[in-house]
Amino acid sequence: MDLLSFARGPALQWALVIFVLGSLWRLAGILLLRRKPDYTEPRSRATWRGALKLIVTRTWSRREFRASTAFGQSLGYVFHIGLVVVVFGFVPHILFIHSLTGLQWPGLPSSIVYVSGALTVAALVAALVRRLSNPVLRLLSNFDDYFSWLVTVTPVITGLLAVAHLGARYETLLAVHILSVCLLLAWLPFGKLMHVFLVFISRGTTGALFARKGAST
Amino acid sequence: MNTQRDPTVLESFQQQGLSRRAFLKFCAATASLLALPAARAAELAEKLAGMPRPTVIYLSFQECTGCLESLTRSFQPTLESLIFNTISLAYNDTLQAAAGEAAEAAREDAMRKAWGKYVLIVDGAIPRPEDGAYCVIGGRSALDLLRHAAEGAAAVVAVGTCAAFGGIPYAAPNPTGAASVQDLVGDRPVINISGCPPIPEVITGTIVYFLGFGVPELDAQRRPTMFYGTTIHDRCYRRPFYDKGLFARSFDDEGARNGWCLYELGCKGPVTYNSCATMKWNDGTSFPIQSGHGCLGCSEPNFWDGGGFYRPLSSGLWHGGIGEGLGVAAVAGVAIGGAAAVAARQRQKRTTEAGKKPPEAP
Repeated sequence: MDLLSFARGPALQWALVIFVLGSLWRLAGILLLRRKPDYTEPRSRATWRGALKLIVTRTWSRREFRASTAFGQSLGYVFHIGLVVVVFGFVPHILFIHSLTGLQWPGLPSSIVYVSGALTVAALVAALVRRLSNPVLRLLSNFDDYFSWLVTVTPVITGLLAVAHLGARYETLLAVHILSVCLLLAWLPFGKLMHVFLVFISRGTTGALFARKGAST
Repeated sequence: MNTQRDPTVLESFQQQGLSRRAFLKFCAATASLLALPAARAAELAEKLAGMPRPTVIYLSFQECTGCLESLTRSFQPTLESLIFNTISLAYNDTLQAAAGEAAEAAREDAMRKAWGKYVLIVDGAIPRPEDGAYCVIGGRSALDLLRHAAEGAAAVVAVGTCAAFGGIPYAAPNPTGAASVQDLVGDRPVINISGCPPIPEVITGTIVYFLGFGVPELDAQRRPTMFYGTTIHDRCYRRPFYDKGLFARSFDDEGARNGWCLYELGCKGPVTYNSCATMKWNDGTSFPIQSGHGCLGCSEPNFWDGGGFYRPLSSGLWHGGIGEGLGVAAVAGVAIGGAAAVAARQRQKRTTEAGKKPPEAP
């Protein structure tokens, strides 16, 4: 079995199994936890409205923090949107998702995807430099932060190299790209990348609590 | 003492009534096919003019004769020109008039006379189990014939994917234990000309190159880089549509009619190294992608077991579906997560109950 067949076959299969098992393990483990009983009189019973409101309002900073968070937040938006464009806009990726789920949608022109990929890498590198150069951020960072960064940026870089045929033969680059995606899938449920699933759940929970307490969301 | 020598390649041309000019045109056209610089064209002509026609033994084993059919459609150089003027084809069981013991005796005789110098062309895979009993010619197994013929060969040219990588006989479950030439011939230079079938001009061009200059530069799969140096995708005229994200989604939709990229229909061009997109077939008339069908990747090892000709390259290669495995993973994930949550709840309950108890007096 050559490297590409291994990457497209057993490696991808096991990575998906780990991804599904790990994600549902984490989600079930969190969602089935007992909530701490709250005996206070609720200020509002429409907690779902507070949850939805906080999900929306937390997508940008409050005015007083905007100056200090604008750069980091902009980087975050660039690479998150870039990743969405690359993962869900590139036709070969759509075909992979189609082969797995049966879902399909029109793809974007490859040139737009390539530019998005390049911007994503640039933004991720800038985010890493910021993390390393800021003393507070550096102090707060641990292995999870750096490894999650690595497994996120690697598939984008290897994907760009594969489409540009840079550094090795295409089939080798493609195999390395798929293997890097396998690593991402296998790591995602067990590190901070789990925020893919938890970000809106945690935000909504916070919003619901705030609404119950009558706090501003 | 026999002083009669074999005619040179140039003399063979002249014996056929062809002029020196025709010979030079042949060399120039072949050099052009091989993308050689002008100086090397003259060198090729000089070498071929002075050398006797080399003996070539062509053995066919587990194959469909498609490669030889392809070879007969070579336009430059043509097969007739090659076998009448450039090489001395001493044995080919399909093209030769002789048959039976006389043919086998002629092969042995030719090999003995040119021992250590002849070029051995092999077409088809070779079964190994049971002493090669699954392919026997004239009472001798293909395995035995190949080993014996390879001993005296200057080089072995494996024509077609079956000879180069095992091809279709080698495909799972490989019931005859088929092997490629390079698996069995370790001590002789092996040149693989893969394809199912290979492009005819690639076969003839490689042979002529070998006669003039020896073994050409080969890639990791022992294929001449002059023909197998780039992928079909890199030279495909539909490549701009790939870059624009325009793909045919069925063989008769608007995209197919507009000549859009066939990636979605399973084209293996991006991982297939061959010259189809540039040299094409039938004297440069067309090639599979031009006629509306994706590349099957036939010049690559194990192309038959690549997960389906019509599955896109980016789809997973799991045999028998992945749904069951993911279903089991999902159930296991929810069960483990649920168990973890139950354990956490019990811990939480114990902690809460412990917190309700009045502190013990010191």
